[in-house]
Amino acid sequence: MLPMLARVLGKRVYLLAAGVPAVVVVWAAWMAPRVDDGEVVSQSVTWVPALGLDFDLRLDGFGLLFLFLIGGIGALVFAYSRWYMPDRPDNGRIAGILVGFAGAMVGIVLADNLLALFVFWELTSITSFLLIGTDDTKADARSAALQALLTTGAGGLAMLAGFVLVGQAAGTYSMSAILADPPTGFVVDVALVLVLLGALTKSAQAPFHTWLPGAMAAPTPISAYLHSATMVKAGVYLIARFSPVFAEAAPWRPIVVSAGLASLLIGGYRALRQHDLKLLLAFGTISQLGLLVVLFGLGTPEATFAGCALLVAHGIFKAGLFLAVGVIDHEAGTRDIRSLHPLARHWPTITALSAICAASMAGIPPMLGFIAKEEALDSVVAPGVPARWLLALLVVLGSMLTVAYSARFQWGAFFGGWHDPLRSTQSIDPPHRPPRGLTAPIALLAALTVLGGLVPLSFDWLVVGAASALQLVDDAYLALWHGLTLALGLSAVVLVGGLALFVGRLTVERAQARLHIRASADRAYQAALSGLLRSAADVTAVVQNGSLPVYLSIILLTIVALPGTALVVDPVIPDSWTFATSPLQVVLAIITVTAAIAACRSRRRFTAVLFIGAVGYGMSALFVLHGAPDLALTQLLIETLGIVVFMLVLRRLPDEFPVRKVRASRYVAVGISASVAAFVFVFSLMATSSRRAQPISDEFVTRAVPEAGGSNVVNVILVDFRALDTLGEVTVLAVAAVGAMMLVRGRRTAPDTADQQPPEGARSTTPGEREP
Amino acid sequence: VRRSTILDVCVRAEFHTLVLISIFLLFAGHNAPGGGFIGGLVAGAALALRFLAGGAPEIRAAVRVHPFVFLGTGLLLAAVTAVTPLLVGDDVLESALTTYDVPPVGEVKVTSSLVFDVGVYLVVFGLVFLLLEALGSGVEEPSVESNAAPDPEATP
Repeated sequence: MLPMLARVLGKRVYLLAAGVPAVVVVWAAWMAPRVDDGEVVSQSVTWVPALGLDFDLRLDGFGLLFLFLIGGIGALVFAYSRWYMPDRPDNGRIAGILVGFAGAMVGIVLADNLLALFVFWELTSITSFLLIGTDDTKADARSAALQALLTTGAGGLAMLAGFVLVGQAAGTYSMSAILADPPTGFVVDVALVLVLLGALTKSAQAPFHTWLPGAMAAPTPISAYLHSATMVKAGVYLIARFSPVFAEAAPWRPIVVSAGLASLLIGGYRALRQHDLKLLLAFGTISQLGLLVVLFGLGTPEATFAGCALLVAHGIFKAGLFLAVGVIDHEAGTRDIRSLHPLARHWPTITALSAICAASMAGIPPMLGFIAKEEALDSVVAPGVPARWLLALLVVLGSMLTVAYSARFQWGAFFGGWHDPLRSTQSIDPPHRPPRGLTAPIALLAALTVLGGLVPLSFDWLVVGAASALQLVDDAYLALWHGLTLALGLSAVVLVGGLALFVGRLTVERAQARLHIRASADRAYQAALSGLLRSAADVTAVVQNGSLPVYLSIILLTIVALPGTALVVDPVIPDSWTFATSPLQVVLAIITVTAAIAACRSRRRFTAVLFIGAVGYGMSALFVLHGAPDLALTQLLIETLGIVVFMLVLRRLPDEFPVRKVRASRYVAVGISASVAAFVFVFSLMATSSRRAQPISDEFVTRAVPEAGGSNVVNVILVDFRALDTLGEVTVLAVAAVGAMMLVRGRRTAPDTADQQPPEGARSTTPGEREP
Repeated sequence: VRRSTILDVCVRAEFHTLVLISIFLLFAGHNAPGGGFIGGLVAGAALALRFLAGGAPEIRAAVRVHPFVFLGTGLLLAAVTAVTPLLVGDDVLESALTTYDVPPVGEVKVTSSLVFDVGVYLVVFGLVFLLLEALGSGVEEPSVESNAAPDPEATP
């Protein structure tokens, strides 16, 4: 519907789209008091009962937190797009996909059934694919979209397999039931690894992180929404849901925590190398998601609580930063920090807002990000966490990198820190002021960041509610000042270390340039993809070698080999033999057999086709004798039309069959035919005499008139009892017709276009000929 | 191209009768031999006769609608009949049955599966049509002898 409205509204369609997530926020706020009381709002709709696919919706505190993120940031980003997106014909389509994505995200966090969750999960992958490829004329946007789809899609399939294993082990697909009574065992461990594959690919965790920087090919608001604030958090969501219960399972913590730590460090390290502001933020996102994954992966109450806080903080500040990049991109025409003039002088407001968000990302008090980071550090060093000092060291290191790239972002974007006059493509004129519509959403996000930092109570209820929905969290609360704790000390270390990295940035950059690790994960993806394509081509070349006789022989031999063996192993000896029920049958059989033999022996294709037709007519006559007029009629007509079509094809073939040069191949062909014939003979004989169950046709006959109102049972079966089969067949027929036409057309237009007659000419000759 | 006038005239005369028969078969199908598949094939055979008499231009003159229209309409009809019961709350492809009293004819029984069968009819007819058109276009120009050959054989 949105594309149609877009014709009238133009870019204002985004404002309309913003209404949808806004409604989500309102609804979430409406539900909040009930959820806050610990109530779980749920609703169930049976969808496919046979598969255990119930459409269970369940809203608890953690889901509520996500709803606020999805709806709140969604509404802001959609409204922002109204001013950001250029005038383009497909704005309505983009807005529609965005709304669809938001819906799918809401579905993920509300779905209680694992299979329903999977469906929504894949929906977000597909909408993300479509949105990354928005500029479908650019090759790199297309390949980035494909990479994102392949990575997250493959992960999603692994996750589906994991879900099925878990579901089978638990006997239910309801997530709440599984988490309440978790299954254990080796199968469950395997399943968890598969589920983790899905979660880690979705959240762009090492070594699957390579699709996220590529996804920055999407327009900035889309990157802000999908690839920093919401979609990539779906993996975190799943890990958070499963972690409290499965953290003790053998594979869980090692995989989750190491992947998260690797992403934290790799993301931070590579963010320090970026000159493109969006890529810098993308690697920052990988890094922050890594920290989230570590926190939720630990599965301790403190870590979960810290994770929830960081989830909120990150969603807010990262969206704000992305939108700020969007403003720069939109107004200055570049986002390369080497070509950017110092913007702070011209845009004091944006600079200040972005500074707030960046400070929150770096974890500088009194921002919301600081509180979250504090909680995170606190939970990592808490007693009971395995290898906690190593963990703390790595997290501190990662956080230092975060501080450093936050500073790099702010300094590079607004203060011309990396400005290189030689590279500057931008005009000397100061960029004009960004429209209010672009500034307002950032201002709102920055205000939330400050509010959350100064008045922690404003977010406390949400975070506490979310964490306690996951597991029992006692006396945790958000506060700016926890006293002189170890975490505070670590925070100070992080800030000092990070700023040192920033101050010594030239040295760091030189060191990084010297180290020069080429992105091995990205290469691995490329190698895997090309390897897959190559092996697919090889397999196809072997399996589909294009020789019809070979295909036919393989098919026929399979028939003889598999059911044929079964016949030999367990033969059924018929009780009685009936040679024929009427003399006509014998006559027809002789005619048919003679025609078949003649067809094989004929040298000319034309004769062979005629004999094959005769075989068909003989068969339909036999059907008539057996009292199957419908079948006979169909067979008769098919044979007739078949001959006509054969004739048309024969025009293009040589008159005679080629003479086989190798005599042996002829004997092989005869051998195969003979064995198939023997098999079919024996099979029909045994099959007719070994019927034990009541034939289904009896039931059809009795039901035909009362239920379908028809006394021609064959037809009633076709259009009523088995109508779904018929629908499929009809579809196949239509597809085959189009395919055949394309084959003929394609063959003809390619080599000899000359002899194809223009349709107008053909038509114009007709009337003249028609008059006698 | 040498065209047989006798064949031409006979086929023209037969064509509409054959199409009528095919439609009769389509409707009769519920209680007597016939149905969408058979009806569609008979209509296709009628078209094949026209083709034999006058080649691809002849069938284009006989049916002025593009074959895709038949394929598409047929598929659409079948699919719509399949899905409609869902709207009423029944299962997919559930058939409905009503009896109307049409004054001169008497009682006429109409089932929803008839609509489905019409869809089948259209698809089968479209298939034959498309094949004839695709394989047969340009047939009159290059090969006079092969055009003459199928005439006596394929009209038994």
